[in-house]
Amino acid sequence: MKMTGAQILCESLVKEGVEVIFGYPGGAVLPLYDTIPHYPQLRHILVRHEQGAAHAADGYARATGKVGVCLATSGPGATNLVTGIANAYLDSSPMVAITGQVARPFIGKDAFQEIDITGITLPITKNNYLALDVASLAGIVKEAFYLARSGRPGPVLIDIPRDVFVDQAEFHYPARVDLPGYKPTFEGHPAQIKKAAKLIDEAERPLIIAGRGVVISEGYAELKQLAEKAQIPVITTLLGIGCFPESHVLSFGMLGMHGMAYANMAVNDADLIIAIGMRFDDRATAKVSAFAPHAKIIHIDIDPAEIGKNVRVDVPIVGDVKVVLKALNKLVTSAEHVDWVKCLDSWRQEHPSTEIRDSQGLLPQFVIRQIYEVTKGEAIIVTGVGQNQMWAAQHYWYNKPNSLISAGGLGTMGFELPAAMGVKVGRPDDIVWCVAGDGGFQMTIQELATIVQEKVAVKIAILNNGYLGMVRQWQELFYGKRYVATPLTCPDFVKIGEAYYLPALRVTRKEEVVPAIEQAMEHNGPFIIDFMVEPEENVYPMVPPGAAIAEILEAPKKEVTAWPRRSTP
Amino acid sequence: MATTKHTLVALVEDKPGVLNRMASLFRRRGFNIESIAVGHSELPHLSRMTIVVDGAGTMVEQVRKQLDKIVDVIKVSDITGDNIITRELALIKVKATSATRSEIIEIVDVFRANIVDVAADSVTIEVTGDGEKLNSLLRLLRGFGIKEISRTGQIAMARGGPGSPSVKGGFPRKQGRGEEG
Repeated sequence: MKMTGAQILCESLVKEGVEVIFGYPGGAVLPLYDTIPHYPQLRHILVRHEQGAAHAADGYARATGKVGVCLATSGPGATNLVTGIANAYLDSSPMVAITGQVARPFIGKDAFQEIDITGITLPITKNNYLALDVASLAGIVKEAFYLARSGRPGPVLIDIPRDVFVDQAEFHYPARVDLPGYKPTFEGHPAQIKKAAKLIDEAERPLIIAGRGVVISEGYAELKQLAEKAQIPVITTLLGIGCFPESHVLSFGMLGMHGMAYANMAVNDADLIIAIGMRFDDRATAKVSAFAPHAKIIHIDIDPAEIGKNVRVDVPIVGDVKVVLKALNKLVTSAEHVDWVKCLDSWRQEHPSTEIRDSQGLLPQFVIRQIYEVTKGEAIIVTGVGQNQMWAAQHYWYNKPNSLISAGGLGTMGFELPAAMGVKVGRPDDIVWCVAGDGGFQMTIQELATIVQEKVAVKIAILNNGYLGMVRQWQELFYGKRYVATPLTCPDFVKIGEAYYLPALRVTRKEEVVPAIEQAMEHNGPFIIDFMVEPEENVYPMVPPGAAIAEILEAPKKEVTAWPRRSTP
Repeated sequence: MATTKHTLVALVEDKPGVLNRMASLFRRRGFNIESIAVGHSELPHLSRMTIVVDGAGTMVEQVRKQLDKIVDVIKVSDITGDNIITRELALIKVKATSATRSEIIEIVDVFRANIVDVAADSVTIEVTGDGEKLNSLLRLLRGFGIKEISRTGQIAMARGGPGSPSVKGGFPRKQGRGEEG
């Protein structure tokens, strides 16, 4: 039976197990929107800005491991997706972005709402397609989903001209893809794994750095087995947080610019680094030439291009983390590194890094810790970028895999709210807290309307310091306290909540924190808490930009007595 | 003289945007490309591309791996140092008067190049060879006054052997697990 392009697309999405589409209609996708209601399996969530659709699909994908789908019209609809696609690309999030395009006869004519979105997204997608023929559409969708989720996951874009949605063809969903140029390697090379096992057996001060690759491959048990079998301390990258329980005796937190001092010191002192599913981002390594100066490095990653890109590697293993670790664990001999672990423990005693000082003022760190206490560590925390992100990473303790979802590589303000929405849609039974700064929150604030309309019970904690906090921190430390373009006059977020028909509270004092969080938890639906936190609080520890990983600035012993705050207009 | 030049050969799908994708990659990652030449291969729907990279400022292995990540790129090999044949073609238009024309023709003969056009005040020379040969000829012709040069960029192939990249069953395969069922 012949079907229209729009029907073929919907049928294909159903075949791929798609349950939800985050989208926004427009002229070029109207034939598709007219078809979607005939597929009740496909829940369409109408966002308020296409960036929100992309972030929501990204959040959904990370929370579920399934491919997230976003949909936009041609031209501005498509370009509004770009930030979200780039964010998914940098953090290896499986996503299929579908855009409408002007009808084929108009392509290349600068027609109304025409933009070359496949050209624009070339460097931020695993692959992209312009579907010029309705007969090719099903095959393209099949390929797109396969590429998005397999190997190192990432976003794939499909651009579909308006008239292709209307054209008709027989629908045959291909059973397999034929991509001779794409064959991800899953099994690590046995000789390399053998070499790695030998290095691990010989090491006196081994250290595991675990990244998002562990989450993607779900290699949690294998990671734990390796750490325990050879008694190897584990630190994680920002996106690796939760892949190893932070309460474990071998867990020593996060490394990097705002990592725990003891984690960074461990990197500096280790004689062997086992890097698992991470890519040596500059925020993790600090000054590359001074990274792990005494260590040999084993690097396990599914993407061969990550090997040797930023740091020299002694034993590269290309493969799926879970599969490689399984093989590696068989070869590694049981060992103890009691002195080394004791050494790390003593560093943790001396440089606690996550201690929250006594303060009269309302500290953002304290807020995060109370969210942890009230949710008993069971929540999924979603953040954008900045101070709020770092405090959420440091002061909530993650024992469940994949319980921190954060804009890592691209560092996108405004990711938090739409992503949290996507997470909650994908994991409706989990508690989802969006931790936002007052700056980032205003970048995608319009999605409050979406979560209300779609009844998505996201709890929102705004750490409101009246500044673009992380930038202000850099200005304080490195630009002589010249706060250029960082003070923010914010709207009344409680009234914003009211205006969007959702309950909101303002918290200004420490003792109000727990009752407010409890009230938010008890409320059956989305909820905003505007925490008026200490305006000039800094994130510590900090490795200054350009410094080596062991050159750590720790929190100065300052006590904030008053609650200095600029008046609102 | 040790050279830092690397020759990469890529087998790519004949699809719109492949060249765009590769060029975009070079630009974005700051890879310094000396030349790139592309044409059909012996396999239907596949093109073979020769890329010359200066390894002095660019991590050649990164270029190879990043190119290999492009879905429409089937295989990339660094064939530098292998026993390879490299060729480039150039068209050179040189100023020529009745006084200098015969001298130019002599030089062209020595280089086994061809004169493909003669005008009142110029001759156009076609020359094929490796980069070194082309440069030597250009050095000699410079004295006469060069009006225009057009070069194709280098193409390369390994000598003898099974062909490069190896082709089995008509279609080369990357290492790894097959496609999903």
